[in-house]
Formats: sequence, C-alpha cells, structure tokens
Amino acid sequence: MEKVIMGNHAVSYGVQLARAQVIAAYPITPQTQIVEMLSELCADGRLKATFIKVESEHSAMAATVGASIAGVRAFTATSSHGLALMHEVLHWASGGRLPIVMANVNRALGPGWNLGGEQTDSLAQRDTGWLQFYCETNQEVLDMVIQGFKIAETVLLPVMIVLDAFVLSHTEEPVDIPEPADVDRFLPPYQPQFKLEPGEPHSFYGLVAPEHYMELRFKMEQAMEESLVVAQRVGIEFGQAFGRSYDVVERYRLDDADLVLVTSGSITGTSRVVVDELRDKGQKVGLLKIRMFRPFPVAAVREALSKAQKVAVIDRNISYGVGGIFAAELKTALYGAPHQPVVFPFVIGLGGRDVTPQSIHSIVAYTERHDAPLEPIIWMEVKR
Amino acid sequence: MSYDIPDKELMSPGHVACPGCGAPLAVRYALKALGDNTVVIVVASCWSIIAGAFPYTAVQVPLLHTLFATGGSTASGVKAGLEARGLKDTQVLTLAGDGGTFDIGIQALSAAVERNEDFIYMCYDNEAYMNTGIQRSSATPWGAWTTTTPVKHPKDQPKKDMVAIMAAHRIPYTATATVAYPEDLVRKVKKAASIRGSKFLHVLSPCPSGWKSEPAQSVLLSRLAVETCVFPLYEIEHGEDYTITVQPRQKVPVTEYMKLQGRFAHLKPEALAQIQENVDREWDKLVAKTGNHCGH
Repeated sequence: MEKVIMGNHAVSYGVQLARAQVIAAYPITPQTQIVEMLSELCADGRLKATFIKVESEHSAMAATVGASIAGVRAFTATSSHGLALMHEVLHWASGGRLPIVMANVNRALGPGWNLGGEQTDSLAQRDTGWLQFYCETNQEVLDMVIQGFKIAETVLLPVMIVLDAFVLSHTEEPVDIPEPADVDRFLPPYQPQFKLEPGEPHSFYGLVAPEHYMELRFKMEQAMEESLVVAQRVGIEFGQAFGRSYDVVERYRLDDADLVLVTSGSITGTSRVVVDELRDKGQKVGLLKIRMFRPFPVAAVREALSKAQKVAVIDRNISYGVGGIFAAELKTALYGAPHQPVVFPFVIGLGGRDVTPQSIHSIVAYTERHDAPLEPIIWMEVKR
Repeated sequence: MSYDIPDKELMSPGHVACPGCGAPLAVRYALKALGDNTVVIVVASCWSIIAGAFPYTAVQVPLLHTLFATGGSTASGVKAGLEARGLKDTQVLTLAGDGGTFDIGIQALSAAVERNEDFIYMCYDNEAYMNTGIQRSSATPWGAWTTTTPVKHPKDQPKKDMVAIMAAHRIPYTATATVAYPEDLVRKVKKAASIRGSKFLHVLSPCPSGWKSEPAQSVLLSRLAVETCVFPLYEIEHGEDYTITVQPRQKVPVTEYMKLQGRFAHLKPEALAQIQENVDREWDKLVAKTGNHCGH
C-alpha cells in the first residue's frame, strides 16, 4: 500500500510493522510526531505495545533497556539534546548486548538553540557501540526500521536509524508500506537468548574484573564486524521480500567517475540531481552514499573509490579540531589502501542551512579547480 | 510472640558487604517477604558491590544492575517487558541507596511513581555516599561529619524528607522500616507486594564505616533510631492515611543514638540540644498527621 507520509510517520509505521512490544519515549522537536503516532497506535490497539511516557530521554533509554532485558522488542526515538542526554545509557544498551532500535532525527545542538538538520548529534555517539544507518528517503527510513530489528537481533547490538530534521522528518513523500503478513515472515517474533526470567537467578551487568572485561569488549567488536556482513545479507533478503534491496553503501554512476561525491542522508538526493546534470554534460562525476556509518564499511568504501582521482566528502557535521566526521573516517579507511584518491573535506549546511543543487555544484567546481584541498576543512557558504 | 518471617532464604552467604552493614539484612528480609517470583534491579550503590562480582551472585532471583539515575525508569521498562510476556505477577524490586534516591535518581523515581508504575522501590539509606567513601548526600542528617562536610563545617542543612516527597505523589503505599524490627519490615514488604502500583520503602541502613560505629551495634542503632524517634516507623496509604507502626515504648534521648557514632562526635551540647528539639518537633508533626491512631 502506497501512502504519502512524512519521515517521522515512516518511522512509526516501521515500528508498528515490526511489532515492537515496549516503547518508551519523550517528545523533542523534530522527532515528536514519531511518538505521537505511536501513542495513538498503542492507544487504539493497532499496535499491541506498552508506551511508557517517561520524563526524559535518559529515562526513555533506561526504560527501553529494562524492557529489552526483560525479553521483548523495544523501541525509542529521539533527537539532538535528547540523544546527548541518553549518552551513558547508550553504553548500557550496547554493552548489555540489547537489540534495541532507536530512530534519531538529526538536529543541531545548542547553544544557540537551533532546530535544523545537522549530523553532529548522532556522530558524537559513534563510540557507544551502536550500529548507525543514515537514510536518504522516507522509504528507506521505514525499510530500515524493519531491517534494523532483524540486524540487531542477529548480532545483539543496538541499531540507530538516522534521518534528517525537516528535510525527511517533516517532508511528505510517497512510501510503500509493506503488508503486515509479509513483514511477519521477514521479521519473526524476538526470541531472546538471555533475559530476566523468574526462576533463573542470573545476574546481569554486575561488576566485571579486568580479567573478563576486555573479553566482553572484544566480543562486542567481533559482533560489530559481523554486523557488516549481516546488514548486507539482511539488505538482500529485504530486497527479495519487498523488491527494494540495500547495501551498506550505495554506488551511483561510479563507473569511470574521476570525481566522486561522498554523501550521507538527504544531501544524497540533492547530489544525485547534480551528478545527473554533470553527466549529461559529459563530466565523469559519480556518487558514493554511505548508509552504514558504524561499523564503518571500510572494504566497500575502498572498493567504490578504487578508481576515483578526487573524492569530495560532504559533511553536515563537525568534530571541532578535526572537521567533517565522514571525511575523517573516510581518510582513515583509505589509509594503507593500494589506491589513494585526493580527499576534499567539505563542511556545509550546519544548523539546517539549506544545501541546494547550487551548493553541490560549487563543491564539484572547487574539487575540479584544485589539485588538493587548500585548507584542512573546506567551509562552504560560510560568512567569514 | 510469633514470628511471621518466612524461613526460605533467597540471599546467600558470601555476599561482599562490609561487616555490620544494614543493607544486606534489609534485602534478605525483603526477599523472604517477596519470594522467588521476583526480579531485583540494583541501582549503582553499595549493593552493586554487595551482590558479588561476575560470575557470582548473592541472591537467588534474577538481578539486573543499572545506572545511578535509572532506578525508576529501568524498573518501568522491566515491568512493561515482563507484563508483555504475560508475567503479570512477577514482583519488580528496585534497590537504591540514598544517593540514587534522594539525589541523582529522584527525577526518574518521581516520574515512575507519578505514572504509578507497578513496582517496589526500596531505598536503603545509609545517609551518605558510602560506596565512594563517605560524601554527603541530601539524606545526610544535620550536623553529621562526612568527607565533604568536614568537622570544621559539618552538614548545615536538614535531611531531605523523602517520605513526604513520595507521599506527595499520592502513591498507594509508602513506609519506613529498619532491620531492628524485621517483622515490621517483612509485613510492610508483603503489604507492598499485595498492592498494584508504586510502593516506596525507606529503610534506614547503618554503615559502620561511614557512621564510625561498631559493626556489632548496627541492629542496636537501628532500634535506637526508632526509640529516639530519629527514624520513626510508619506507613502512608495514598499519601494521606498515616499510621505509626511501631510506637516507641519510651522516648529515648537522641544522645543515646548519636554517642555511638563517631560522625557526630564533634557536636557540642548546644548542637545536640538543637537536634533533640528538631526530632521532637518532627515527631509531634508525624503524630498529628496520624490523628493519634497507632496500628499494631
């Protein structure tokens, strides 16, 4: 069934189809419609789930952790400061090996207060042990919520589905909503291996001496690495079931491309248009969309860029003192690779400033004009 | 005299509490009252240690360790998860110290009980951050020494009235208890278990290391706290109906309680007199709230 829905409601439909059993969430712009719709679905019984209306995002994640370790499929959603407030509990979820799925609507952090799209909130949580997927369209958002539970429950790590403020969250797009029976076949009920079980006096998450702690973290990293393979497999299976397959990256007109734009999130859609325009003029420009940020798909990125001469990374985020985070990660991924393209690290669109096709044209023009970046961070469209 | 305390032990010997600690006793009695269809949630506190390091556990029920500020929120999620699995009769017991209850966890606790989540929250109150080495909390009594309220400037604010705060949420059941009156404690836990909704139990938990008291005197201190009316035993239903459950036989001077604790050793006679006056006033206020009726 096709509907025209906003990105936030695409999340809610995904959670409904995934039959989450406990949801705990707190309102924050621009995420609020996710939880509004979910509370309606829970209230009228279309989703048989308990909705815990907590008093903060810290409690939202803690209640989600509690529900997950009690043995049920659990979901929450947040954004920006809400995600920052959750920080320590994110570690409890991943270290606890709990297959929680969370939607995060990318929004800038204050001060000053700003509601616009920016990825710094989620990228700042990259070391928490959560898988992260960045979505380009509302269809991808819905599809990723369903896949997210399948991936999380396979590798026992939590999954963050990331979508841009307003450009996706509040923008209505046609979205194919799968049939519940088909989703049930794709995503069977959650069967936890470990859970709080009356009569089984196990203790969870207690004191661990150095003699065991490091092994727990080693296993987390192994699960992270496994999740790359699992995400690729689940993306193919999803395609077989629903006609839309996914990989950890997406290659767009990359063949023979000398200049490759590297994007994530909704900037990808804008960049596609520009790539098509430039290709029509005969320019060898392609696009690499990074969908999975954690774990970082090193092999896929290296392979996709193995013929590129110049790579323009478009970051709507910043790590102060380093620059764009995708650019930094990409350079790390390319270190030691047999082929070394020149990486141009662009920072643009912070705080929800529009990134237009003209912005992308300017990025391409800069990259073509120079043999190498003139500065370690190329600030686009900034008033100096 | 009959004892209404179940024989079955759900707490094992070999826990790693300090000698004389009140906290393992409180939990031992609570688990006797609740039985084995119980899940325990331990907020960061002394009990994070007491329960034992991996791969050991000191209790014979499932136990979940959680973050400092999440006693109310984690319990809400656990209860919802268990209910979603059809386990509606499993008791969820949160254990937290005074720091996790009066200070860092009060927001999540207030929210959970405002939603009237179905769980028992037991605060074992040793009146400071004892696990980190005796720093003042908002549960530390006026005049007490801690490492952050040194003798030259002991705590100069009264102890936060957490029970009144819980009662102000009009939750079904709030009660105080000490390990010197185990029948009273067990009866209160059983009563809490029989009520759906949020239940708050405030248990005074002597800490020989932090109170500078003799380990062998923890039960005595628990009794003196009640007999001096420093820590009266009472219960509140729906935030309104107050009942004193153990009436002091004769009101003992507070100095009898305080002189056994090094944390009060620096106090001058006028300070002790002030404490006596404060305790008397609070006791009179409590008696007035009960409408002078006493149970049991």
